[in-house]
Amino acid sequence: MEIFRIENLMVKYGEKVALKNIDLIIQRGEIFALMGPSGAGKTTLLRILNLFEKPTDGCLVFEGKRLNGTHTEKLNARRKMSLLFQTPSVFNASVFENVAYGLKIRGADKDTIEEKVINALTIVGLEGNERQKARTLSGGEAQRMAFARAIVYDPDILLLDEPTSNLDPANVAKIEEIIMRIRSERGTTIVFATHNIRQVKRIADRVGILLNGELIEVNSKERIFAAPEDARTKAFVNGEMIY
Amino acid sequence: MDSTDFLINGIANAFSLIFNLNPYILSITGVSLKVSGAATLLAALTAIPLAFALSFCNFRGRQALITLVNTGMGLPPVFVGLFIFVMLVPAGPFGSLNWIFTPGAMIIAQYIIVTPIITGISIAAIKAVPRSIIETVYTLGGDGKETVIVTMKESKFGIITAILAGLGRALSEVGAILIVGGNIAYTGSVGGIGEGLSYTRTLTTAITLETSRGDISTSIALGIILITIVLFVNLLANAIQRRD
Repeated sequence: MEIFRIENLMVKYGEKVALKNIDLIIQRGEIFALMGPSGAGKTTLLRILNLFEKPTDGCLVFEGKRLNGTHTEKLNARRKMSLLFQTPSVFNASVFENVAYGLKIRGADKDTIEEKVINALTIVGLEGNERQKARTLSGGEAQRMAFARAIVYDPDILLLDEPTSNLDPANVAKIEEIIMRIRSERGTTIVFATHNIRQVKRIADRVGILLNGELIEVNSKERIFAAPEDARTKAFVNGEMIY
Repeated sequence: MDSTDFLINGIANAFSLIFNLNPYILSITGVSLKVSGAATLLAALTAIPLAFALSFCNFRGRQALITLVNTGMGLPPVFVGLFIFVMLVPAGPFGSLNWIFTPGAMIIAQYIIVTPIITGISIAAIKAVPRSIIETVYTLGGDGKETVIVTMKESKFGIITAILAGLGRALSEVGAILIVGGNIAYTGSVGGIGEGLSYTRTLTTAITLETSRGDISTSIALGIILITIVLFVNLLANAIQRRD
């Protein structure tokens, strides 16, 4: 069952074309990797999916509904998602307050907040750090805290922008383990941007290859790596592409 | 008396006036704190919402208002004093209010001087909140109102610093309040110095008067109190900045 449908999407910043001719369907519950070199348009596409930015042209269908832009409609759609940035932004508050934020703005009661925050922190391995000032966390811990903040309100969709690019191997493994766990336990749809080919092999179900703002191939992980249809995909996954 | 004796006697008498809680000096300190405190409070109530409106809203005249705030930050106090004086003298447009030479007139003058300062520093504090924080609020399902609330929390130390900077400016201001307040004390002498208790006489305006009258001990006493209060306000601002 599809959760996102993108049709003939284009994004322009002035004269610069960031995305063009994008047609894409994301299925509910899948882990979809957006792979491509830096500057290919991965982050822009994630921001479009998060309704963070408006496309210049084309349309986005979310849960079968074309989003035309009323504030409430967009807010309701956005509240079913989380977008996690490459470098986490941390509020000047405790770890608990940071993680509880999404629940508070959704009007959750105190007991629910307490229970869900502890649960989310346990999932990311930060239980016991609730009272710590969030800005004193290490880079890896801050990313895991941001992960807890993104999953604490059980979003249907998790959008991850290069979530492990600044982390050491131990934290990369931990984040990948959390991604797999969230999907299997909650059925969360996960779309992540990366240029880490090995990570895609480890955790993705399907892959879209973005190059210069164009989605040149969308296929299952197996097909992308074993029998890519586009020569540029083959060059990219074999590490032969110079960019 | 040589210059050393002159200074030592002046300082010794000044400390004696302070520690004996001279009523004239206490009343001047009280008027200073009340006028500057009220002006800063009113300015903060105007400046903080204004700073948020200028930072978050796009409206007609926004750029002109920002220019006005920036100009206001360097406004010469004597000009403000002259302007308020012209407005409030009996022949002026608001003369019927009878506010000239009252603490109220002094509060208005300091309000005009301090509001742009608090607004300008608050805008800088709001702008210092990283854009990624605002974006994070959106990605977690927040809306415009939530971004303002989070920005307020993130910039609170900067805004408190802005208020303290405004208070420090108000306390040390002399030109405007001298013109609109008239530097008035009641008739009669209290504690053997000055005139009666202060009505519109503040630490700064009293220093100008007592120095011109040659009462150096009183001037030094007033100066010590003024510098101590301003120093305390600045230490508080520094402590808040360090905490941030």
